[in-house]
Amino acid sequence: MPRRTDSYFDKLQRTRVWHSVFRSGAGSSTLHRALVIQQSVFLHLFSTKVRRRMLTFRATWYLGALTLGTFFILVVTGILLMLYYHPSVPQAYADVKDLKFVVSSGMFLRNLHRWSAHTMVFLVFAHMFRVFYRGAYRPPREFNWVIGVVLLLITLLLSYTGYLLPWDQLAFWAITVGSNISSAVPIFGDQARFLMLGGHQVNANALLRFYVLHCVVLPLAAVLFVAVHMWRIRKDGGLYVRQSEPGVEALRESKADEAGVVKV
Amino acid sequence: MSEDKTTPPIEQEISRRELFTKLGVASLGVAAVGTLAFTYRFLSPNVLYEASPIVNEGRSEGYPLDSVTLDVNSAIYLVHVQEGFFSLNAICTHLGCMTAWKPEQGIIACPCHGSRFSREGQKLAGPAPKPLPWLKTWISDDGDIMVDRSTTIQPFAFLRI
Repeated sequence: MPRRTDSYFDKLQRTRVWHSVFRSGAGSSTLHRALVIQQSVFLHLFSTKVRRRMLTFRATWYLGALTLGTFFILVVTGILLMLYYHPSVPQAYADVKDLKFVVSSGMFLRNLHRWSAHTMVFLVFAHMFRVFYRGAYRPPREFNWVIGVVLLLITLLLSYTGYLLPWDQLAFWAITVGSNISSAVPIFGDQARFLMLGGHQVNANALLRFYVLHCVVLPLAAVLFVAVHMWRIRKDGGLYVRQSEPGVEALRESKADEAGVVKV
Repeated sequence: MSEDKTTPPIEQEISRRELFTKLGVASLGVAAVGTLAFTYRFLSPNVLYEASPIVNEGRSEGYPLDSVTLDVNSAIYLVHVQEGFFSLNAICTHLGCMTAWKPEQGIIACPCHGSRFSREGQKLAGPAPKPLPWLKTWISDDGDIMVDRSTTIQPFAFLRI
């Protein structure tokens, strides 16, 4: 049975339409497999060749990929939630209540969005710690660390702007407190708060600004920086693996060296 | 139970790996269909914040004999003639523009593409394919004229008071 589906797939790969879309053509030679990656606008961000041990669980704990996974969930559920949400006062609160109590699977999608958001923040930090403690931030990957910090800030800003959108008491006071913190910045703090809220109070302008930031500006920035982040992995020589890893014997040998085995 | 020993081994038609592959693909298919169903349910609103199709047009004394009154908000004509009252949908049957009553000519005309209708909604000219529909009209318990914009009735079924 798998063989028959394989042959259907092979036939499909030989059609003219397939060739017009995927230039790499059929075949499983090293060249073909490299072309599949290199000639796709999405896949060419990634390395054409990856070492097997880069893809083991112990190399990265898959934390970056899992973060990207939660981001995809957030984009899909966020777009669906936008279909029932009006960023206006006081309609926003009524819309969130409708999503919870009236819309079919609305509560499921809203909770999925919220839990994924919390999970993404957790995973971003876990990814960062993992990269830090493995020393994967060191040259030539130091600029990718900087991009990662930008992505951390975007993630936190997405969390913060999304927090206001339900327009309940929790949201209102959280943004009141948060925007007052930003006014503590020397010299232009008050101006930053004024621009962020579009006024002196957390009101309709602030809700609309946070909505635009949350649904348009910050996700676009995130997609852009994630693309550069992925591309830099390829440019910086692939996912980080220590040269002496993960061969257990090599580890034992190095430990034996450290233990002061006399070399002749 | 010595017969058991002679039982021939069951011939395996698919391998264990194939079985699990099929189970995996089938469960993905079930999940995909379920996702589509849930998405369809989510995209269909359960509650609409649209205006009610039933409109209260007030007391019949407000509509003198031989008058045609356009309720702009509800897009209906309330007409009082010798035979009684009736109401027409004011939306042109061509492409949905709001028609207007022309008292000097005694016709209903559409400004968009020139369709013309009689006072009873019959098509006189223009691209409109159908006459303006008559809407269900009745007197409420309080004595007000009520119109249901979602229910059409046969033409010339006058409401007599």
